Amino acid sequence: MSQPAFWPLTLILFLPAIVAFVLSLPIIPKAREELIRWIALATTSVVFVISLMVAVPALGGFGGALFSLGDPDMQLVVKLPWIDAFGIEYFLGVDGISMPLVVLTTFLSVLACGASWTISKHVKAYFVLFLLLETGMIGVFVSLDFFLFYVFWEVMLLPMYFLIGIWGGPRREYAAIKFFLYTLLGSVLMLLAILMLYFNSDVSKLSGEQLLATHVVSPLLEPAMQADRIAELQASETPLHTFNLLALAAIGQMPNSPFATAQVFGYSLEVVAFLLLLIGFVIKVPVVPVHTWLPDAHVEAPTPISMILAGVLLKLGGYGIIRICYPICPGGGFELAWLVCGLGVLSMVYGAFAALAQKDFKRMVAYSSVSHMGYVMLGLGVWSAVAGREYAWESWAQGVNGAMFQMLAHGISSAGMFFMVGVLYDRVHHRNLEEFGGIFGKMPVYAGLAVAVFFAGLGLPGLCGFIGEVLVTLSAWNYSHMLAVISAFTVILTAGYILWAIQRVYLGAEYRGPHEEALTPMTQRELAIATPLVFLAVLFGVYPQSLFDYVTPSVNQQVETLADWTRDVRDPELRAKAEAMQTTEVSVVNQVVVNSGVSTQ
Amino acid sequence: MNPASFISPVLHDTLQVSLPLFRTELALAATIVLVLLVRMLPVLRRLDSGVVALGGILFAAFFAWSDLRNVAGSPWLDGAVGTERVELFTGLLVFDPLTAFLRFLLAGFLVLFSVFTRISGIPDREDAADFNVLVLGATLGMCLMASANHLLAVFMAVEMASVPSYALAGLLKGRRTSSEAALKYAVYGAGAAGVMLYGISLLGGSLGTLHLPTAATRLAAVAAAGFPDGGLLVLVLGGLMVGVGLAFKLSAVPFHFWAPDVFEGASAEIGGFLSVASKAAAVALLLRVALGFGMPAPAAAGVVESPVAATATLDAEVQAETRANLAPVRHFIVAFIGLMAAATCTLGNLGAYGQTNIKRLLAYSTIAHAGYLMMGVAAAVALAGSSSLAASTAVAAVAFYLATYVFMNMSAFLIVAVLRNRLRSEEIASYAGLIKTSPGLVVLMGVVLVSLIGLPPLAGFVGKFLVFASLVDGITVNAERSILLPLLIVGGVNTVLSLFYYLRVLKVMTFDAPPADRPQPTVGLVSLSGAAITAFVVPVVIFGVFWSGLYTLARLAGDIVS
Repeated sequence: MSQPAFWPLTLILFLPAIVAFVLSLPIIPKAREELIRWIALATTSVVFVISLMVAVPALGGFGGALFSLGDPDMQLVVKLPWIDAFGIEYFLGVDGISMPLVVLTTFLSVLACGASWTISKHVKAYFVLFLLLETGMIGVFVSLDFFLFYVFWEVMLLPMYFLIGIWGGPRREYAAIKFFLYTLLGSVLMLLAILMLYFNSDVSKLSGEQLLATHVVSPLLEPAMQADRIAELQASETPLHTFNLLALAAIGQMPNSPFATAQVFGYSLEVVAFLLLLIGFVIKVPVVPVHTWLPDAHVEAPTPISMILAGVLLKLGGYGIIRICYPICPGGGFELAWLVCGLGVLSMVYGAFAALAQKDFKRMVAYSSVSHMGYVMLGLGVWSAVAGREYAWESWAQGVNGAMFQMLAHGISSAGMFFMVGVLYDRVHHRNLEEFGGIFGKMPVYAGLAVAVFFAGLGLPGLCGFIGEVLVTLSAWNYSHMLAVISAFTVILTAGYILWAIQRVYLGAEYRGPHEEALTPMTQRELAIATPLVFLAVLFGVYPQSLFDYVTPSVNQQVETLADWTRDVRDPELRAKAEAMQTTEVSVVNQVVVNSGVSTQ
Repeated sequence: MNPASFISPVLHDTLQVSLPLFRTELALAATIVLVLLVRMLPVLRRLDSGVVALGGILFAAFFAWSDLRNVAGSPWLDGAVGTERVELFTGLLVFDPLTAFLRFLLAGFLVLFSVFTRISGIPDREDAADFNVLVLGATLGMCLMASANHLLAVFMAVEMASVPSYALAGLLKGRRTSSEAALKYAVYGAGAAGVMLYGISLLGGSLGTLHLPTAATRLAAVAAAGFPDGGLLVLVLGGLMVGVGLAFKLSAVPFHFWAPDVFEGASAEIGGFLSVASKAAAVALLLRVALGFGMPAPAAAGVVESPVAATATLDAEVQAETRANLAPVRHFIVAFIGLMAAATCTLGNLGAYGQTNIKRLLAYSTIAHAGYLMMGVAAAVALAGSSSLAASTAVAAVAFYLATYVFMNMSAFLIVAVLRNRLRSEEIASYAGLIKTSPGLVVLMGVVLVSLIGLPPLAGFVGKFLVFASLVDGITVNAERSILLPLLIVGGVNTVLSLFYYLRVLKVMTFDAPPADRPQPTVGLVSLSGAAITAFVVPVVIFGVFWSGLYTLARLAGDIVS
């Protein structure tokens, strides 16, 4: 059984880790800093090129692995046994949701690696950790086994802790431990949810078709062997637990799903697990009120790490919600849609107001991330599949597509904004918004690019930030007029803090801070990092279809399935419950009538 | 009665059944004698007692390994018939997969331990013979703890493991803290042993036997008939008092006070020995006693009729009935262990916060880990009522945790020992900025500490994952859910709590600036001690990623519940 995607995906995933391991050996002396930088840049570039070749059909694939555009299902699946006793597998694959995020990760890693040239302390250790971090991030996006997913999720923590804690700003230790504690709290809750779902899952209840679609039985097997294997699984008398994310989703969407019937604390498991997973993911997103690690971590982290944090790490939370929360616990998503949307709007507004209040340039950008990720939450949460008993899933799909687009666009614009702040900081060594001004005159090219990136963050039509916000706001209308109105008005706040920042930093007659002499034009290296970001911000703003071609098929399929689930599974249940309630009420009323009739007689 | 008819079965039991499965312990005992002889006979005085000890330990480890290979259900059998569960010495001890697993774990650990102590230089040549005898004697006791099947054997094994440990704690004769540690340990230990013995006599008096499987059957009968007034009180008191003795060995809250002082006073090597070997044996003993009372002994094929403890093989129906009747006993045991586990875990972690001495910190970390292990035991007992398979998975989780814990904790203590030799200090603050001069060592310490937190992809995570999985399994099938669910939450919260103090050590080593007045030592990994540490740390990584093999062995140990 050959798996054509094995080498390409494994290479994308583990090449950074392998290089990190080799770098950590004393083969290359510590003093050869320039060589180490080039090795790291070459590694991230190779990974980026491979992922791009796999992702873009025009490039013809890599080693036989080619992403097929328009296919909504999981592709390039790799599946090998890992721990037999628990059915844990080395199970990778990509679809339209994860493929763009993988490319975003590899792309931003190259840029961040380029931006790391200014790091001069412990260069070797820095790049070792940086490369390990890349493996962790890619691993989360391509894992389809919940255990594997969790392993990669945690693998990211330690490198990030050190990257902030050693190479960060003055309050780095505080910021690093805060980041670690918050995320670990979330991931412990996630682990509990994973275990609960695992022990309530039962693969033997799935149909043959589902077993093939979820790759529990590999579709690469001979048809006869497939049939045997399916019969064997379905005949099992003991429940067959699984960590397979696709199978868990299929189980979660079954009528009378074990996740819906099992009870924890008097609530159904799907609600409890949804909540536990949601907490784990929203800490990463982050939403108010668990966002407080973000301003500290972003501000203290060195520029390239801020780019990675804002560009990729925040997306992991959103990705987890799309890939895990909703498909596996649809009941929880249905019940708690108000919570997800409410949190989204809350962070949107709170983040915007907080950004307005900041004096520190980088902190302002950090809060803008909180605000922008709020749109993602709102778009994901809008469960408007049932609008007046009409099962119209389009509006919800619009929201989720918008959220996906917003994630990718924010990955570009926020990484760009942090980089632009970093360029200034490298020169004048302060970030006080009050002490800038007149940069347009001193560094015209830089200021032009920076303003373009900030406008993209603002959501100016024609740039990438606009599309996602509009789609999310539109889709929210069907769910709740009020939330849609609030999110539309937040755009004004966003415009407020970004325009005000641009005015204070780039415009004005003269520079008012220290180190005026250091304001030299951008270097070639900085230009090489900024230009692709600006280019993509414009490209995705003008031609968003380039991203929607990837995202839409998979998102639409998932949303449609969940809308069908609402109609076929959840709605009948709710109606039956309502009827049961009604009949008891009626019988009680009858009883009362009869009794009172008796008494009056 | 004809004496011959009494003696010949005993003789048969001893010579034919028991001694062949007792080779590991015999080898250890013979080594002890040999090491003592080496010291006494002028002819042999030239011999290095450490080498003699190591030779004996290697024999013991080999016997333990071959026993483990031949145990029923082991993957090496190739169709041959393995050794089934069998009671040794007329029911005092039992040989089953858990015994084999623990013996091999202890003997294997002892091999690595004695190799390392030769490198690190504690004990010095003068003390080497005493040291080796004491370590071997303690290990012998621990092997017996792991195989105890009779409350008297429980008591004797605990004493046999404890008494040499008291002396080991005081091995650094010149140091006041060391002597204080030894005294404190001995006083605590004696008190706990007394209480335990009293508890054993209460249980023995009310059940009429000390043989665990028989006691379980009797207890089931009593429980089915309804506990008589007062009789219940005696049983509960007896159970609690036995629990006190076990809790002392486990350093479980509230009987943990000795641990930080002993670990601080004794040398790091001894600390490692006590925290790893002693803990492993204590957890195994807890499993034995808790499962011994909580469920009927598994039906064993070909049990030799023993004249002392009359246990006929229970047929399946009787066994199921006994199992059902023991439900209140299990509830009591799970509640007791669960409560203690929660307290141990939480207080252990909180206690570690304020520590400035690395050995005290590791002592509290040991206490916290005892809590996680006890959670696994609680889950095993809770699950023993409903599903044997799930219960054996829980036992396997505990066994796996123990096996990885050996490597994690031992490497931590080894690194402390190596640094002590160079720095002459065991204060955490003295490790400031070590990353600059000894990056390799700091990376290894980082791996160990992160594994102790329980983050993937390291072995500590897998152990914790398995224990939590068993708890969730128990919650899912609704076995003692009201206890296991809070326990799971406590375990989760504690994982987050523990992050802070482990990372603090790492933070001092990496973030802080080295002291200005003196250079930090350089400990390269290409040295004898560096290689030894690496040998201990590599399994922490390997068992974190490729844990199928070790887990198969742990599953074997879990077979005691079937």
